[in-house]
Amino acid sequence: MTSLRFQATKMLHTAQGNQLFTVAFEARQGQIMALYGPSGAGKTTLLRILAGLTDTASGQIEVEGETWLDSALGLSLPTRHRSIGFVFQDFALFPNLTVREQLEFALPDKAGKAIVTELLELMELQELQHRRPTLLSGGQQQRVAIARAIARRPRLLLLDEPLSAVDDQMRDKLQDYLLKAQRHYHLTTILVSHYVPEIFRLADNVLMLEQGRVTGQGLPSAVFAGAPFKATGTIVHIESAGSAFVIRVRCAGTMIDVPVTAGEAAGLRPGQEVVVSSNLFAPQLLPVK
Amino acid sequence: MIQWLPLWLSLQLAFVTTLVLLLIGIPVSYWLAYSRRRWTVIAEACISLPMVLPPSVLGFYLLLAFSPAGGLGHFLQRHLDLRLVFSFQGLVIASILYSLPFMVNPLLAGFKNLPPHLREASRTLGKSDFTTLRRILLPNIRASLVTGAILSFAHTIGEFGVVMMIGGSIPGHTKVASVAIYDEVQSGNYPLANRYAAILLAFSFLILLVVYSVNHHFSKSKNIL
Repeated sequence: MTSLRFQATKMLHTAQGNQLFTVAFEARQGQIMALYGPSGAGKTTLLRILAGLTDTASGQIEVEGETWLDSALGLSLPTRHRSIGFVFQDFALFPNLTVREQLEFALPDKAGKAIVTELLELMELQELQHRRPTLLSGGQQQRVAIARAIARRPRLLLLDEPLSAVDDQMRDKLQDYLLKAQRHYHLTTILVSHYVPEIFRLADNVLMLEQGRVTGQGLPSAVFAGAPFKATGTIVHIESAGSAFVIRVRCAGTMIDVPVTAGEAAGLRPGQEVVVSSNLFAPQLLPVK
Repeated sequence: MIQWLPLWLSLQLAFVTTLVLLLIGIPVSYWLAYSRRRWTVIAEACISLPMVLPPSVLGFYLLLAFSPAGGLGHFLQRHLDLRLVFSFQGLVIASILYSLPFMVNPLLAGFKNLPPHLREASRTLGKSDFTTLRRILLPNIRASLVTGAILSFAHTIGEFGVVMMIGGSIPGHTKVASVAIYDEVQSGNYPLANRYAAILLAFSFLILLVVYSVNHHFSKSKNIL
């Protein structure tokens, strides 16, 4: 059953100049849809439009038969009236509230508090429930942010790169928590992710975005099989090899050596985030930021 | 012999002014912090004017406005039976305008320093702007609230020029501590002026000590909030 119909057009002002964002897609109820693409493609913009945090020039959003946005009719449901749970990249936990209070704050008026206890157990946060966010680790804060977003039982769960700030080991654990909660509450979920392995593990469907447009959609295996190899990583070492250079990039725990010309190496430095892509002939590097 | 009435009147004036400024300052600074309208810059400049304007200039224009011969003063007296010149009510209104930047600016800085996602996160959880302000934003700018309140209180206690222009020196009504010092100096009664001045000096120092202690406490407790 289709849960979400989305269509929106908006002018994006990016570092590379103005760019038209025009995206349309549908998502089925209870599925996890991953948004994948380079920085500036419009992934976060799409989530913010869904949440009503960013305006559009024109668009239509329908969730489980309810219209949230219809620019032709001049209708735009305010954010607080959209049934969403939003996990921000920086978690956006409230510094003045304890873990339990964060979850209770998210409940609608007069809602029972049973779900708070249930979520604390599901996300293994019982022992931390009376702590404030600054006394939690990054992974713990992440679990609280996900639990808080789910507490009001939203129709749509929106996750903006929720696992980008944690190490690989922690990411695996958090993926387990996320899957457990998503399946338990059968939430239609839109997940922004840069990590292909994460998409294969979590997502039922992928929407590939580039420069504000959809360039691919379907099962992860189908979308990524049709595309050249592409992964985001961090440059760990640059070594001179005669007239060329070898750039060592760490992608999801694996080291990849990419030979580049002196001209290509000029703008690169250790610590920089890059996309490693490969066609039939040779790997290529593209700076992310 | 020292009269306590001017000091008591100063405290009353500062208390009422601070209370009203808290009620006005929170919505005004919230609007300035989050409004996208360009002319908020003009509003900010107007609110901060008393910080650079000689108090006598503000007092002079308020005197013209509140005077029964002027339009506003005439209207207030005729329709509301309210006379603002040489009255305590007039002093309160003048003090509110004079101390407005001392309340609004710390609150504005507090709101602007909060991560923008806090407000957005609350909205995505279905909360109204008022609930977000009450439950999330205000508790996280407690240091700014305390600083704004204490600075407004202290600034009102110490004002002289505006009070003199609007209220004059009517004992029991408009003769506050700073005016009493001026009167005693005019009469050559330096020992009594000195006592008033010493009390104000000690009080002002105490106030600033509290402000810095509170800020120190909040900056330390931020790490364990």
